[in-house]
Amino acid sequence: MFQLKIIVCIKQVPATSSVEIDPTTGVLKREGVESKMNPYDLYALETALRLKEKTEGSITTVTMGPPQAQSVIEESFILGADQGYLFSDRKFAGSDVLATAYTLSQGIGLLGEFDLIVCGKQTTDGDTAQVGPELAEFLGIPHVTWVREITEVTADKIVVKQDLGNSYAILELPYPSLLTVEKDIFQPRLPSYRRKLLTAGQQVKVFTFSDFIDHNEQKYGLNGSATQVERIFPPLTKQDQTCWEEPAPVVAEKIYELIKDRNFI
Amino acid sequence: MAVLVINNNRCNLCGQCIMVCPFKAISRQNDKIEIDAGCKMCKICLKNCPEKAIGLIDERRTTVNKEEWRGILVFVEHLAGNIHPVTIELIGKARELADAVRHPVYCLFMGHGISQQAQKLLRYPVDRVFVYEDQELAYFRVDTYANIFEDCLRKVKPSIVLVGATSVGRSLAPRVAARFRTGLTADCTTLEIRANTDLVQIRPAFGGNIMAQIITPDARPQFATVRYKVMTPAQQLTIPRGSIENCSVSPDKLKSELILRQVVMKEELPGISEAEVLVAAGRGVREQKDLALLEELATLLGGQLAATRPLVEMGWVHYTRQIGLSGRTVKPKLIITCGVSGAVQFSAGMNASECIVAINQDRNAPILAQAHYGVVGDLYEVIPLLLEKIKGVRETNAL
Ligand SMILES: Cc1cc2nc3c(=O)[nH]c(=O)nc-3n(C[C@H](O)[C@H](O)[C@H](O)COP(=O)(O)OP(=O)(O)OC[C@H]3O[C@@H](n4cnc5c(N)ncnc54)[C@H](O)[C@@H]3O)c2cc1C
Ligand SMILES: Nc1ncnc2c1ncn2[C@@H]1O[C@H](COP(=O)(O)O)[C@@H](O)[C@H]1O
Repeated sequence: MFQLKIIVCIKQVPATSSVEIDPTTGVLKREGVESKMNPYDLYALETALRLKEKTEGSITTVTMGPPQAQSVIEESFILGADQGYLFSDRKFAGSDVLATAYTLSQGIGLLGEFDLIVCGKQTTDGDTAQVGPELAEFLGIPHVTWVREITEVTADKIVVKQDLGNSYAILELPYPSLLTVEKDIFQPRLPSYRRKLLTAGQQVKVFTFSDFIDHNEQKYGLNGSATQVERIFPPLTKQDQTCWEEPAPVVAEKIYELIKDRNFI
Repeated sequence: MAVLVINNNRCNLCGQCIMVCPFKAISRQNDKIEIDAGCKMCKICLKNCPEKAIGLIDERRTTVNKEEWRGILVFVEHLAGNIHPVTIELIGKARELADAVRHPVYCLFMGHGISQQAQKLLRYPVDRVFVYEDQELAYFRVDTYANIFEDCLRKVKPSIVLVGATSVGRSLAPRVAARFRTGLTADCTTLEIRANTDLVQIRPAFGGNIMAQIITPDARPQFATVRYKVMTPAQQLTIPRGSIENCSVSPDKLKSELILRQVVMKEELPGISEAEVLVAAGRGVREQKDLALLEELATLLGGQLAATRPLVEMGWVHYTRQIGLSGRTVKPKLIITCGVSGAVQFSAGMNASECIVAINQDRNAPILAQAHYGVVGDLYEVIPLLLEKIKGVRETNAL
């Protein structure tokens, strides 16, 4: 029997995606916004759990974020992760994809050998789906995105089905490598009360900037971010619109005229 | 160039690294471990350090000279040589941006047996098409494609790189952007350029609830992935003016750690992304069988049925027909939404449609403010009457 050592990347995100912007200041209204585990990362964790069960492997979860982000690691213990790390430091604040992926690569570099990293497809706040591939690049390992199915796992390779929109690719990867998984890959399990009791008090280990090997501050947080958000604003709505509010036969006639004028019939 | 460094916070001076170094390049100086110029980067110390106190780091990022990076490069996506239409949209946008700063437009095309397809690109307003041909490049594999991409960027040094925000593009672009330690803005819907060649990138974030304007002020090249069906495709030229440059492919760039066993085409009708007309069903549709009504309308108009997420989640409609942030982005000539409220996650996927007609019985539904033609009415009354009208006219014409 071979044992897979799996790392899962989890992010804490706002519990709602319906954020608002203060129209006068242009600043995100964040008050009272609660946090939760990025829903897509539940699928990443579930994928790891299935692989762990199949191979008697182990799971380490990691997150980069503020101190309170450790709650997503605790949640991962309840679901079945064996150990977890929080990478947290004021120097990491303001990270874009580049800085986030670099920070994760530094933290993961301290964890020793591993076989597989599993990431979610994307986050619901940053929404980029880029952290996984950039992390793989920094670690110098291959990656496959949009994994819909794991078709084979052996001691020296993993075979996955990648969704490329109009086609699927069946790919074979060596270890170590990184996958980002689609949300219908597996149905995530629910947290069990028994494990909740069992894992209560389990320590989330913390790494800060000083634990990392690369002490070049230019690579972390706002300094290490190549992109810069200049402003945020609400999406526009349409101008010059028409509203028809008449009895059904009248509007049906109007729609008919419209689609005829535009040559759709 | 990468260097090895010691993290003194982790190091406990055990001396393991001094013993294993084959080049005697490591020594202890007072209470610190030092690596001297004898280091050959074999990394044996790194592997043997019990404290994980030795690391490999890249050189510091230096600020760029923007003048040295010229041109806008478009990545040509294809499947077995068939060019993805987002490419032509990217060329259209690239030309517009490039003209504003008097830069050239380049294409990067890698594949196998693609020389004829490469010629086709010259019909569009491009200055140069860099072609990399090899059997190993026939299909997309992220590591080999990233290597060739890197090779081309080091040679061409473009200021901006545009990649389609497709499944392939969004897997490849981050890999290459990270290699250049530069910024990548995902899924852009608007692009503008400043006189200093800074690309102004606008994208939806937080599930489309806000728009963010993003720049990459100190790094080059500037990378953006751009949604399909958002930009206007480039016009064909009457007289092609671009040229093709066949680039040599060095074998070491083709070594892949991935084995592509098979590519399976999905057995699907042309997707909703390609349809010119869409009829979109929302939760205002009360039962699954009622979808037949909307399907009939779609068919009569030569279009397809699409849906909001709740209908997909209930299993009424296949997921490939979902419009929106977590579904497909569409830009049909006509879309008729029926019983759709107009949540931002839905609208973000169809906002760019040329003509939006929305039928909703609730006067305050947000969709009515997003549509070009908002119809306050019950879809169960309006749609049957509309179908009757269309079919009636067809029959009269047939007589
Ligand atoms: C991260 C995230 C991603 C999401 N991604 C997507 C996505 O990609 N696509 C998507 O669609 N949604 C997405 N959603 C869900 C989205 O927020 C909305 O819940 C969804 O779009 C609502 O669908 P609906 O308009 O069909 O239903 P509802 O919001 O319930 O609206 C039904 C409408 O039908 C009208 N109506 C009812 N009866 C009739 C009638 N007889 N005649 C006419 N009108 C009638 C009602 O007035 C109402 O306005 C996402 C949500 C999240 C959090
Ligand atoms: N701060 C973070 N900490 C840990 N994992 C992260 C973080 N940000 C992103 N990820 C991982 O990268 C995936 C893609 O995130 P994104 O690129 O932000 O859409 C997520 O699903 C996570 O698995």
